[in-house]
Amino acid sequence: MRIYCPICGERDSSEFTYGGDATVHRPAMDETDVEAWCQYVYNRKNPRGPMLEYWHHTQGCRAWLVLERDTVTHKILSQPRLVGPWADQPASNPPTDGGSDTGSAERERVSEPVGAE
Amino acid sequence: MSGYRLSSGGSQIDRSRRVRFSFDGRDLGGFAGDTLASALLANEQTLFGRSFKYHRPRGVLSAGAEEPSALVTMRGGARVEPNTKATMVELYEGLEAASQNRWPSLRFDVLSVNSLFGNFLTAGFYYKTFMGPTRKSWMFYEHFIRRAAGLGAGGFEADPDRYEGLHAHCDVLVVGSGPTGLMAARAAAVSGARVILAEEMAQLGGMLPNESESLDGMGAGDWAKATVAELSTYENVTLMPRTTVYGYFDDNVMAAVERVADHVPVPAENTPRQRHWTIRAKQVVIASGAIERPVVFDGNDTPGVMLSDAVRSYALRFGVAAGRKVIVFTNNDRAYHTALRLADQGMTIRALVDARWAPPQELVEALAARDIEHFPGHVVVKAEGGKALEGVHIAPYDPHTKRLKGSPRWLTTDALAVSGGWSPAIHLASHASDRPEFREDIQAFVPGAPEQAWRAAGACNGDFGLAACLAAGAEAGAAAAGDVGFGATALPLPSVEGGEPDGSAMLPLWEVPAIKGRGKKFVDLQHDVTAEDVRLAQREGFQSVEHLKRYTTLGMAADQGKTSNINGLAIMAETRGATIPEVGTTRFRPPYNPVSLGAIAGREIGAHFRPVRLTPMHDWHVAQGADMLAAGAWLRPRVYRQPGESVTDAYIRETRAVRDSVGIVDVSTLGKIDVQGPDAAEFLNRVYSNGFAKLPVGKARYGLMLREDGIVYDDGTTWRLSETQYLMTTTTANAAGVLTHLEHLLSIVWPELRVQVTSVTEQWAGMAVSGPNARRTLEAAVDDMDLSNEALPFMGVRPGHLGSIPVLIARLSFSGELAYEVYAEANYGMPVWEKVLEAGKPYGIIAYGTEALGALRIEKGHVAGPELDGRTTAADLGLGGMASRKKHYIGSMMLDREGLTDPNRLKLVGLVSLSGESIRPGSQLVEGATVATSGPSLGHVSSTTYSPALEKQVALGLVEGGLERTGHRLYAIYPLKGHRVPVEIVEPVFFDKDGSRMHV
Ligand SMILES: [Zn+2]
Repeated sequence: MRIYCPICGERDSSEFTYGGDATVHRPAMDETDVEAWCQYVYNRKNPRGPMLEYWHHTQGCRAWLVLERDTVTHKILSQPRLVGPWADQPASNPPTDGGSDTGSAERERVSEPVGAE
Repeated sequence: MSGYRLSSGGSQIDRSRRVRFSFDGRDLGGFAGDTLASALLANEQTLFGRSFKYHRPRGVLSAGAEEPSALVTMRGGARVEPNTKATMVELYEGLEAASQNRWPSLRFDVLSVNSLFGNFLTAGFYYKTFMGPTRKSWMFYEHFIRRAAGLGAGGFEADPDRYEGLHAHCDVLVVGSGPTGLMAARAAAVSGARVILAEEMAQLGGMLPNESESLDGMGAGDWAKATVAELSTYENVTLMPRTTVYGYFDDNVMAAVERVADHVPVPAENTPRQRHWTIRAKQVVIASGAIERPVVFDGNDTPGVMLSDAVRSYALRFGVAAGRKVIVFTNNDRAYHTALRLADQGMTIRALVDARWAPPQELVEALAARDIEHFPGHVVVKAEGGKALEGVHIAPYDPHTKRLKGSPRWLTTDALAVSGGWSPAIHLASHASDRPEFREDIQAFVPGAPEQAWRAAGACNGDFGLAACLAAGAEAGAAAAGDVGFGATALPLPSVEGGEPDGSAMLPLWEVPAIKGRGKKFVDLQHDVTAEDVRLAQREGFQSVEHLKRYTTLGMAADQGKTSNINGLAIMAETRGATIPEVGTTRFRPPYNPVSLGAIAGREIGAHFRPVRLTPMHDWHVAQGADMLAAGAWLRPRVYRQPGESVTDAYIRETRAVRDSVGIVDVSTLGKIDVQGPDAAEFLNRVYSNGFAKLPVGKARYGLMLREDGIVYDDGTTWRLSETQYLMTTTTANAAGVLTHLEHLLSIVWPELRVQVTSVTEQWAGMAVSGPNARRTLEAAVDDMDLSNEALPFMGVRPGHLGSIPVLIARLSFSGELAYEVYAEANYGMPVWEKVLEAGKPYGIIAYGTEALGALRIEKGHVAGPELDGRTTAADLGLGGMASRKKHYIGSMMLDREGLTDPNRLKLVGLVSLSGESIRPGSQLVEGATVATSGPSLGHVSSTTYSPALEKQVALGLVEGGLERTGHRLYAIYPLKGHRVPVEIVEPVFFDKDGSRMHV
């Protein structure tokens, strides 16, 4: 498997660390509902098929990425994007082929947990 | 006996170059170009080995990678390699091979009595016999059974050869170099695409040298040579013979092994034995051909029973006759041509037995012209001969009732060439495809719909004719190149003259009834699975093909059932009254052929397995004779033993020296993270469970980091260097994990915080100077710093200089003594270390290792890795006060979960040995003195040491109820070693409970 990193370009998946479900929202710091915390800490969906997930370019630029991957075929369905304060920076290594830009609807979905506080 | 070298023929061998080799210690000769199998056949060797379960004599079935029987042990000593297919071994001067699974010799094997009991060792025999009430007897018999079953034995010496791992990239990878593969490679090559052509065997060309047709006026073998020569002139083509593409992985990544030096005695200098290739291909053409399949009949495993095309291969490619008097047994047309070619080559063909009643007339006439007796509508019902085929019984056969139609007759023969049709080699394709599809006309599975960028062509796709393969290859090669973006150029196809039937005009024939009883009919020759085993499994309820496979082990041997898969499925289908597609097929998995562990490991062996991390003072430790110990990837000094000292003597001496005067220890391995930014204080306050918001500049604080679920993750001190900069230290073990954790929080959870984190572990050298004389020592070493208690109080941090070297000095204590940590830029580590040692000379300063470090911290009850085991909370560790109730931080909301507040949780305690014996880490803490009265485990021992301060054996442990049990007596038991030490529960701080020593 190869993962496109917007900073480093297309790299072998062995350089990355899996970061889990990217649809999970961390409750706000002052959230007191224990149930909300249990959801965040323990409950995951484990879908068969497309899944939005985080990957960390541990052996590369150390950026956190978000991408959509099919858990059955391991095909990456959306072009990985940076998350964090650098999320809106243009890619320094635009992909040469493969990978399609994702629609704004999905972008909305991804940016939500990022800004949640 | 049987096989012999023909006086002529053998397109692959060089009769002018004789090669000496030995088999089971016998000196034999062959020719350059021979395989071990062809050379052994030429030397009248029919018997190659003994079978896996019954120790039945076995010969050679095939001439290629599908071989299930002719497995030998190659070489000897450290280069010994068991279970090697003799059909794949290229002969070389001095080759040494030995047969397997026989004792004392191949011809006389004691355990072949297993064969007499064959009816007892049916599917599931061991489970049925040794499970349930007789289970205990398995313990007794296992050793003997395991010894009796099996194949070759590996060696115990390290492999002296080198294996390499390489990567390759191409536009089009063509797997297989038969007519399909050659044309595909050519078509892709002329378009300009970068092409890799991988061929498993040493010679490119696949089965072309076996074919009767002429191509462009040349013999098929010559055409192959010419085409290979042409391909080798293309700069964009890489030819890879001796390369098995064994697996198809995600993103069109293929794994392959190139046998670089398996065909020579010892690899040449600077040459690996094998190379492991990771090939990234944009498009793949799978042209892996087809595998001929045998027919299942009584005695079909007798040495001398071979596949028809293999007999042809040995004659045409190696000039070796498989027998003096050959019988051909077929259900299709192609084997007639084999008979004719062999006869024309000078071999004696005793008869041709065809299960079909009405074969094509011209073939019948061709046989008659060569005086080959013809038995249409007949089958071979039984082969006899034991160690070598002596003859077969044939009988008339009714294909509708699948029964014999008359009494059998006996024909003498020493080689039976069997053809039951062809199965496409769909293995590689099925690694990356939907379920294979069954094709009625060829009675075989073809690749299912691709799930990756490949196309199958030729025989692998069910097109068996030569002209069809050439056309399919050309089309597939052009299409693959086209998909990558290379314009297709129409490639003229070679003109094919002659023409041989493609074998698809076949009568489905899987199994022949025995004359009487069940007979010994083998489906899977490598795992000794019989037709009766398949039926038994079905009777016992194993309906699914996946269950059948696992219960009988059919197709689970190292050959993955290349010659047995379809026969097994057909027999099962018949037993169930279903069709083969209804029964379905199991999925093939990588590797297509066994891969040596050496090839997979490559150069990542020994010291190359992972990098070793060395501290800036490493050479000094080694020069002082320290015992270096691996701590993760780091090497750390354990003790600095003096002459005559044991490890225990040494750490006790070092510990005392620190308590009495002063010592220095290398702490460069601690994780160090630079935390910078306007929001750094807020960030740390959210990350640590204790308060960090108000830590002043110039001060350090011990911090406790929890996981989101409230369990303790890591600890360390963090130093505030300026309003916006901190130096965080972590445990050695969690250095990488903590950095990732912080990056995760800053990217995903709190991207609005203006903070940057950077690992600076390797940029700093660190050393701790501890003991009552630590201040005096450092005062003598530093030039511009006041180290008095007032100027540098406990937990204070100050920059300063040792000579001209800038350092950071923090007054921290892990040992409980007056102590300082001195950090310098890594390249200055050694001079700083030496300056401190020099300054400490008047006080008898010593360097101490991790053992003394551990002893000092256990005496003080400080927790470390063994206590931060991923299950303990701050409260469990007596650090409940550090889990703030006044702020929100990672893990804060989970602290009050029932499970974490249970009063019976394991909590930190101190333990003192009451008998004076040492306490073993990992011991269980129980109440009773004997096994019968021990009762349940109440906890365990985490860290142990001899305490020089107390002159007692002490430990830290986690026990139910914790300090509520203070004063209780328990036993620390370690049943595996028979240890049982009485201990008393005490407070975890053994020494200097009020901490007065470090506050001076
Ligand atoms: Zn990157």
